[in-house]
Amino acid sequence: MRKCIVTVLGKDTVGIIAKVCTYLADNGINILDISQTIVQGYFNMMMIVDVTAKDQEFTVLCDELAKLGEEIGVSIHCQREEIFEKMHRL
Amino acid sequence: MMNINMYEVSETNKMIEHENLDVRTITLGISLLDCMDSNLEVLNRKIYEKITTVAKNLVSTGQEIEKEFGIPIVNKRISITPIALIGGSACKSPEDFVTIARTLDRAAKEVGVNFIGGYSALVSKGMTPGDENLIRSIPQALAETERICSSVNVGSTKAGINMDAVRLCGQIVKATAEATKERDSLGCAKLVIFCNAPDDNPFMAGAFLGVTEADAVINVGVSGPGVVKKAIEAVRGKGFEELCETIKKTAFKVTRVGQLVAGEASKRLGIPFGIVDLSLAPTPAVGDSVAEILEEIGLERVGAPGTTAALAMLNDQVKKGGVMASSYVGGLSGAFIPVSEDQGMIDAVRQGALTLEKLEAMTCVCSVGLDMIAIPGKTPASTISGMIADEMAIGMVNQKTTAVRLIPVIGKEVGDTAEFGGLLGYAPVIPVNEFGCGAFIDRQGRIPAPIHSFKN
Repeated sequence: MRKCIVTVLGKDTVGIIAKVCTYLADNGINILDISQTIVQGYFNMMMIVDVTAKDQEFTVLCDELAKLGEEIGVSIHCQREEIFEKMHRL
Repeated sequence: MMNINMYEVSETNKMIEHENLDVRTITLGISLLDCMDSNLEVLNRKIYEKITTVAKNLVSTGQEIEKEFGIPIVNKRISITPIALIGGSACKSPEDFVTIARTLDRAAKEVGVNFIGGYSALVSKGMTPGDENLIRSIPQALAETERICSSVNVGSTKAGINMDAVRLCGQIVKATAEATKERDSLGCAKLVIFCNAPDDNPFMAGAFLGVTEADAVINVGVSGPGVVKKAIEAVRGKGFEELCETIKKTAFKVTRVGQLVAGEASKRLGIPFGIVDLSLAPTPAVGDSVAEILEEIGLERVGAPGTTAALAMLNDQVKKGGVMASSYVGGLSGAFIPVSEDQGMIDAVRQGALTLEKLEAMTCVCSVGLDMIAIPGKTPASTISGMIADEMAIGMVNQKTTAVRLIPVIGKEVGDTAEFGGLLGYAPVIPVNEFGCGAFIDRQGRIPAPIHSFKN
């Protein structure tokens, strides 16, 4: 399994989760965990996803998600899990 | 293992987006020992081929890692075996060495790295004719190239200080300043004089690959003054224990990122991992300053009484936190205190809080030395040699690396500003003690190694 962290940050609007999840589903990416909050009208979501089945280059996925974010009006980042794991786990 | 949570993800990303957390450099060390040849043309061709082959994928691999992990890798660079050794047989004059400088510059441009370090000579005990020719070629080499970084190691705890080399280097610094005077003597920003230079330093301008190293090796330099500054804001007014713990934990986190990037780069390039350098390396960007950390610790301005103690503590905590985060630590590993590359230092010099003498004291307790300091262009070569000798003595006696990167800005006086551009920043010209040391510098030979170097 190859885990990635998708973060979505921005002004809350209808359908953010739906659009992100649709993109992931269309690309064969399984969602393992979602946490989401809204603080003062700001949407903040973190997903742990499994990109093993994704056959394209990982960097293409990052670009496409960033582009999707621009369309929705939020910022979407996709990063390999290791950067968080290394920093926060011994 | 517990999944990463939202708080941890946002902490990491906040460090990257708002506190200038980055990997300062992936430096690919390339040994040129197998390029040696007595024919200058053949030597140049072999050097070009080796660098452009080994480093072919360095930049693209760095960019891939940046994107996948979402961590900026500011510089991709190359360090090489000191050229005085490689060119010793083929080069009969300083001009011959300059041809190698041009080749290196061409190779750097071809593979897309912004600096290549190792136009260097190691002369802590004596100079060969090759060493001397290389040193004499430095002004022309730095004036005619764009991406070459040069260094000369003139002393060590084991060998003492080669005062003949110190005298020569004072003249060379001055000549380099003259040769690049149209650009505020920028050449001097790419010339470092060392004592106890490490073989595996990834940071420019002093990087080179020592002869004890493998054929190719990945060394990584982390950064993160902004992250440390932000973290210790939370313990304002608290005791030293809490302050130190906070710095250590932050240094650990920052270094882990460096270790991760080093491991990935090594795996993808198929080149062994060497070391992570734990240095806190500032940039002229707002909030990326070591001086600001010291001020957050409690100094009104860096340079005030207490500065040396605060810096000693900071440096030590950074090492203690970082050491456990990396499997191999090396290079310079400490806090850098360049003047021109750190907005807080620039401001302190402008306000008269920070003087050359205080900077010298600070170099006793951190890496590296008198770094990126603009001095009046009329400063005599012997005075520059005297400043080099002082700094070398600090390194020699304290068994640490020290370095001098002074820029005598031709045509500028105290109060003027020198502009270097980019990561090299800008610096106010700082006053230098005007009493001479010519008779001291004119003495021939070397200063013997200190008594505590005899540990056998």
